[in-house]
Amino acid sequence: MQETCNMTSPTTVSHVAGEEILSWAAKDESGHLAPLKISRRPTGPQDVRLKVMYCGICHSDLHQITNDWKNSSFPMVPGHEIVGVVTEIGLDVECFKVGQHVGVGCMVRSCHACDSCQLGLEQYCPKVVWTYNSTDTADGTPTQGGYSAVMVCNQRFVLRMPPNLPLDASAPLLCAGITVWSPMKYFGMVEQGKHLGLVGLGGLGHMAIKFAKAFGMKVTVFSSSPGKEKEAREILGADNFIITKDNEKMKNAAKSIDYIIDTIPSAHCLDPYLALLKTNGKMVLLGVSTEPVQISVYSLIFGRHFVGGSLIGGIAETQEMLDFCGAHNITCMIEKIPITYTNSAMDRLMKSDVKYRFVIDIENSLKE
Amino acid sequence: MAPASAAATEVEVTAWAAKDTSGHLAPFTFSRRATGPGDVKFKVLFCGVCHSDLHQIHNDWGGSLYPMVPGHEIVGEVTEVGSEVKAFKVGEIVGVGCMVNSCQTCDPCTRHLEQYCLKKVIWTYSDKDYDGTLTQGGYSTIMVCKQEFVLKIPTNLPLDAAAPLLCAGITVYSPMKHYQMDVSGKHFGVVGLGGLGHMAVKFGKAFGMTVTVFSTSPAKEKEAREVLGADHFIVSKDPEQMKAAAGSIDYIIDTVSASHPLDPYLSTLKLDGKLVMVGIPEKPLSIHAFSLTSARRFVGGSGIGGIKETQEMLDFCGEHNITCIIEKIPISYINTAMERLGKTDVKYRFVIDIGNSLKSEN
Repeated sequence: MQETCNMTSPTTVSHVAGEEILSWAAKDESGHLAPLKISRRPTGPQDVRLKVMYCGICHSDLHQITNDWKNSSFPMVPGHEIVGVVTEIGLDVECFKVGQHVGVGCMVRSCHACDSCQLGLEQYCPKVVWTYNSTDTADGTPTQGGYSAVMVCNQRFVLRMPPNLPLDASAPLLCAGITVWSPMKYFGMVEQGKHLGLVGLGGLGHMAIKFAKAFGMKVTVFSSSPGKEKEAREILGADNFIITKDNEKMKNAAKSIDYIIDTIPSAHCLDPYLALLKTNGKMVLLGVSTEPVQISVYSLIFGRHFVGGSLIGGIAETQEMLDFCGAHNITCMIEKIPITYTNSAMDRLMKSDVKYRFVIDIENSLKE
Repeated sequence: MAPASAAATEVEVTAWAAKDTSGHLAPFTFSRRATGPGDVKFKVLFCGVCHSDLHQIHNDWGGSLYPMVPGHEIVGEVTEVGSEVKAFKVGEIVGVGCMVNSCQTCDPCTRHLEQYCLKKVIWTYSDKDYDGTLTQGGYSTIMVCKQEFVLKIPTNLPLDAAAPLLCAGITVYSPMKHYQMDVSGKHFGVVGLGGLGHMAVKFGKAFGMTVTVFSTSPAKEKEAREVLGADHFIVSKDPEQMKAAAGSIDYIIDTVSASHPLDPYLSTLKLDGKLVMVGIPEKPLSIHAFSLTSARRFVGGSGIGGIKETQEMLDFCGEHNITCIIEKIPISYINTAMERLGKTDVKYRFVIDIGNSLKSEN
């Protein structure tokens, strides 16, 4: 949903035929990324064309280039935390202008007619088209993501980046940020003074801390890595840090937490975390694993707890989140890398060896 | 209102109890405390047989205290009230459910959620009260209970069929209210058609919802539709039927205590759908996170209900003439009833006719 905007006449539609764009792609499920030229459509009446400046590396990129979820099509140009500058807009585009900084997240199309779309929850549309590794329903072509010099995207899925925020550190807001923001809002995990527990301190987790502190909550981090404590407290602002293997501390923290955000991307038992919740406490699962999690029903019943799930966020709420970040100066902690480092970055990401998101400097490193 | 009697002695109670984990119930006598200033004493008329009774006499959950007089769906007639009791009077029909005490001062207690008392909620049986006494339940001739945990039974409801409301009824009513699964016109699913399940169907219809029953027993369909008013019936072992129901249901209450996969039921939920467990499987359940994240669903739990909402539920049942479908039995049948309950062979709750079959030995 676009706000009213002040626009003078848009630029003309490109008449250039499908342009060949330099990108990096995985050719098979080895996941090895290498240069590849891909075709992008000419800028249609509803399209925004942008020169990509930065693209965040999401854990989903790693899952999909290695076909973890058994639904990958190759060649695959990953990347759905894309920030760039508009170079061209279609005739029907009124809310964006050339030279503006914009972003594209995880989706590039939906039906706009179903209940989910009407609710501004395009990510749950049965016909949603993902930014990469999907088939564009408009023309049947495979979608390709942001490890690429240029993006073309329907205006309804383009977002305004806050002008005061550094663009590189804003890119991961487009997936990591919204993936945490959306359930915090929907499940009512936003009350000032409440106590949020964060399980797993990575790309999603560090955003949860930042939002929670912005909402005025107390934050305890539950992590298996002692090395993350100093930074969690001093830079991210966490109030407490508990090592999950420390049974004493976990026991003492029982029934002390209002909300838990669980970002662990692998199978695990939820009971030790559910025990931390107060009566009526809530947990949200954001990590996606192909293996199931385990829950003892006692953990839900004795305390009237629930465990919910959530998937990214709709476009309107992504814009709302970006505007909030602009107003509160919230960005991500990143490690900026050239495109040539991407394979090493993926290796390190597999070991969670990054604080807390890699962002590819596309503009300065993806060249012929 | 009758004043407190002069009796200051304990009272001898005739009951049936389990002595060990065999769960065999047999006659037993014990003492209850004298009626204190805040107590209500009543002659037990009926007591429902809850599946928890079966679990606890066998120590399935650990922590069982013997000798154990089970029973927490207790209805009877007041015979004496303490000097500080204003809300109840002799001759009145009252009930006691799953709890008989709590700290009354912690946050959950002050919010009328005594079952979540942070200090210790005291269960009606197989528990140690704050004064150290072993609590004993309603398979007995007399109950003595603190007034804060005594409930008024609507006068228009048949008492035997009202008894199971005190556990089965509230266990389903409470989450339906708390999780807002009570919106007219919505589609409500019930997994498992037993004591809890049949109440969920009744409340679902009373709230104006379309109700689908999920059951492993095709034989339950006729009654589910014709007697309980369910609109649809799905045999959960039939993958075709389950698939056809994908994304069609707003809320599900799952009453099944046996281990079972949740993902197939989660798949039947719409966007923002809710599944609440009220059955308590012993072993952990597995859930694929994708079942939740793919449509922003949640899985919650709920245990019985607080006293205030139990009274609210009873009043609602009085207004809408809702009671349970029961099989009334004499106390001497209880061991057979427990065996049948173990095979879910009952429609849908056994209720012991205590008044007519358990005579005081004094």
